[in-house]
Amino acid sequence: MERNDASLLKSKFAAFLESASVLDDAMEKDLERGSDEKAQMREKAAYEAREMLLRRRHENAVRDEQMLYSRIHRWSRSRGAVYINSLYRILAVLLCSAIIVCLMLTVLDMPPLGDALAPVNNEVSQRYIEKGMEETGAVNIVAGMILDYRAFDTLGESTVLFIAACGVLMLLRIDRDQNGRPTEELIAAEADDRHYEPKNDVILQRSAAVLTPIILLFGIYIILNGHLSPGGGFSGGAIIGAGLILYLNAFGFKKTEAFINFRLFTAVTFSALMFYALAKTYSFYTGANHLHSIISTGTPGNILSAGLILPLNIAVGMVVACTMYAFYALFRKGGM
Amino acid sequence: MAFIQNVPFFSIILSMVSGIVSSVLKRNAARRVTLALATAVLILNSMLTVFIFRTGESYTYMMGHFPAPWGNEIRAGLLESVMACCFALIMLLSLLGGLHKVDLQINEHKQNLYFIMADLMLASLLALVYTNDSFTAYVFIEINTIAACALIMSRQNGHCLVAATKYMIMNLLASGLLLMALTFLYGLTGHLLMSNIRESVQALHESGQYNTALTVVVVLITVSLCIKSALFPFHEWLPDAYGYSTPASAAMLSSLISKSYLFLLIKIYYRVFGLEVVRMSGITNILFLFGALGMILGSVSAIRERDIRRMVAFSSVAQIGYIYMALGLGTKEGTAAAIFHMIVHAAAKSMLFLSSSGLIDVSGDIKQFRPLRGSGYRNIPAGVAFTVGALSMVGVPLMGGFLSKMYVASSALSIGGMKAVIVLAGLGISTILNTVYFLHTVISIYRPNKDAVPACEKPDTLSGIALWAMAAFNVLLGTFSVPLYNAIRTGLDMFA
Repeated sequence: MERNDASLLKSKFAAFLESASVLDDAMEKDLERGSDEKAQMREKAAYEAREMLLRRRHENAVRDEQMLYSRIHRWSRSRGAVYINSLYRILAVLLCSAIIVCLMLTVLDMPPLGDALAPVNNEVSQRYIEKGMEETGAVNIVAGMILDYRAFDTLGESTVLFIAACGVLMLLRIDRDQNGRPTEELIAAEADDRHYEPKNDVILQRSAAVLTPIILLFGIYIILNGHLSPGGGFSGGAIIGAGLILYLNAFGFKKTEAFINFRLFTAVTFSALMFYALAKTYSFYTGANHLHSIISTGTPGNILSAGLILPLNIAVGMVVACTMYAFYALFRKGGM
Repeated sequence: MAFIQNVPFFSIILSMVSGIVSSVLKRNAARRVTLALATAVLILNSMLTVFIFRTGESYTYMMGHFPAPWGNEIRAGLLESVMACCFALIMLLSLLGGLHKVDLQINEHKQNLYFIMADLMLASLLALVYTNDSFTAYVFIEINTIAACALIMSRQNGHCLVAATKYMIMNLLASGLLLMALTFLYGLTGHLLMSNIRESVQALHESGQYNTALTVVVVLITVSLCIKSALFPFHEWLPDAYGYSTPASAAMLSSLISKSYLFLLIKIYYRVFGLEVVRMSGITNILFLFGALGMILGSVSAIRERDIRRMVAFSSVAQIGYIYMALGLGTKEGTAAAIFHMIVHAAAKSMLFLSSSGLIDVSGDIKQFRPLRGSGYRNIPAGVAFTVGALSMVGVPLMGGFLSKMYVASSALSIGGMKAVIVLAGLGISTILNTVYFLHTVISIYRPNKDAVPACEKPDTLSGIALWAMAAFNVLLGTFSVPLYNAIRTGLDMFA
C-alpha cells in the first residue's frame, strides 16, 4: 500500500512536469506569432486550452495534497498510536491503584483515631485544652490556638489569601488606558457580562433584599464572637463575602460599585494586613525578647477580652471577605 | 538575648510588610521598596552571619509568648544565615539585571503586583530557611508556589500562560503530597515542631513501631519536594517556565525558588528524621539514581535544544540532578558538597539567564544560534557574563563549578564502592556533555558575524552593571571558596 502510494505520487509529479513544459511551449509560440484575425482566433483557443490546463493542474495539486494529508493522518490514527495510548492509560491506572493501596496500608498502620494513648494526645494538646483559656483569654480554644499560640502560621495564611488575590489581579484585571478611558477590551468584557448574567430577576432580587442583611449580620456576629464561640475571621469573612456576591448577582455591578470598588478593596486589605503584621510584630518581639507586653487577656467570656484575638479576627475577616468578592468580580468581568 | 538575634524575624516580617505596602504604591515606588528590601535583608543577614560565626552556636527564637512545642519557633545557625545572604544577594542582582525587561514586558499598571510577588517570595524563602516548624514551612511553601506562578505568568503571552498552568498543576500536586505527609507525621508523633518530631521519630525508629507509615512519610515528603525542585522525571514544567518568562523571573525561579525547596528537604532530612532513618528507608539510593540520570539526560536535552534560553533551562535539569546525586550519597560530606553546588549553581544560573536575554536583545530578538553570532561583541557585559557562567557550569578550574565537582568526587571516593564509580563516570560524561553545549554557545557568540546585524537599542546600563557584579561574584565563589565551604560544614554540624 505504502509503495503504491509512493509510485502514484511519483507519476503525478512526472505528469505535472510534463504539463508545465506544454505550458512553456505555448507561451513561446505566442511570442513568435503575428497578430492577424486568424491568429487572434487561434490565440483565443490557445488561451482557453491554457486555462483548461491550469485548472487541471490546480485540481491535480489539490488532490495530491489531500492524498498526502490522508497518508499523514493514517499514520497518526494507525494502530501503533492506539496501542501506546491504551498502554499509557493502563499504566496510569495501575500506578494510581498502587499509590492508593500504599496510602491505604499507611492509614491502617497509623495510630487509631480517638485512642487515648495515641501520640497526638501529648503535652501539647493537653496544655492547649487545660491552660488555653487562662493563657490566651479565649473561650474558643481553636481561636486561641490559631491566633495566639500559632499566630505566625495564621499571618502566613492571610498572606496566602492576599497573594492569591494579587495573582488573580495580575491575570484578570483589565485596566483603563492612560487617560482613564475604558479600553476596547474592558467594554467587550462588560458587554459579555451583561449578556450572560441574569438581569432584573424579581425573585432573586426580592430574596436577596431580605437575605443579604441577615447574611452580613450573621457574618459580623461570627467574626466578633470568634473568641467566645466557634467561628472566627476565616468563616465569618467567607459568609460576608458570600452575602456580597449574592447582592451583586441580584442587583448587578452598578449598585454594588456604589459601596465596594477597587479603591475600597485595596484600602481594606492593606489596612487589615498592615494592622495584623504590625500588631503581631509587637507581640512576637516582646515575646521573644521576654519584654513586658501591654496586651492583657482580660476576663475570659467578655466580648472585649482575649487580647489581640478579637482585632485580629476582624482583620482576617475583612481580608477574607474582600478576597472572596474580588475573586468573583474579577472572574466575571475583569474588574470591580 | 542580643538584639542582632532578632534579625531572622525582622527580615521575614520586613519582606511581608514590604509586599503589603507595595499593594498601594505605584510601580516605581514598589520597585524601589523591593530593591531596598533585598539590600536591607542582605546587610542584616551578613551581620547575623558574623555574629553566629563569633558565638559558634545556633539559637532558637520564640515567635510569641509561648515556648517551643506550644508556639511557633524559628532557628538560626551559620548555614541558615549564609543561605539567607546568598538568596538576598542573588535576588538583588537578578532584579537589577532584569528591571529593564520587566519594564518592557509587563503591563505598566501591573508592575507593582510583580514587585509584591518578589517581596513575598523573599519572605517565604527566608521563612523556609529559618523555620523550625513543619507546618509553618507548609504555609510558606504555599506563598512560594503562588508567587512563583505569578512571576511566570506576569509576562502575559501564550507561552507563559501555558508554562504557568503546567507549573501550577505539578506544584499543587506536590503541595498536596506534602500536606498529607505532614498530617501523617503529626499523627505518628503528635508534634509539628521539627526538633520535637525528631525525638519521637528516634523513639519510633528504635522500637520499630509504625515502620511502614514512617517510610511512606519519608517518601511522600521527598517526592513532593523533588517535584517542586524539578528532579529529572518531574522536570516537565521546567523548560517552559524558565525559557519563556521574563528574564528576572527566570533567574529568580531557577536560582532561588527551586533551591529553597532543596534546602527545606535537607533540613527535613537532618532535623526531622535524622540521616540514619533516611538512609534506612533507602530513599537516598533512589535520589542518587535519579540525580545521576537527570544529570546525563538533562544535558542531552540541552544539546538537542536550538533555543538558547531553553538550552540554559535544560542545563538546570542537569545541575539539579547533580545536587540530588551529591545528596543521595547520604553522608555529611555529600550534603555539604550539595549545598555548595546549590550556591554555585544559583549564582551561575541567574547570570546565564540574564546574560542570554541580553545577547538575544542585540540579535534582533531571535533565540536561535545563528543570529547570535557576534553578539558577545555587541553586548560586552552579557558576553563576558555568559562566558563566566558557562565556564563555571562546565567546571573549569578556578571557577565554582570545578570546586563543587571536586567536593562531590572526593566525598564519593570517601564512601567508595559502586556509588563512587557511578559518580566519577557520571561526572566525566556530564562534563563532556556540558562542554559540548556551553562552549558551542560561547564560540558562536564570539564568532564574527557575516550576516547583516538587525538594528537594536543600546544595551541597558543598569543590567550591564548587574552582570559585571554577578560575574565578579562567580569568580569570587571560585577563587575564595574555602571560607564558604568551611562555613557550610560548620553550619551543617550546628544544623541538627
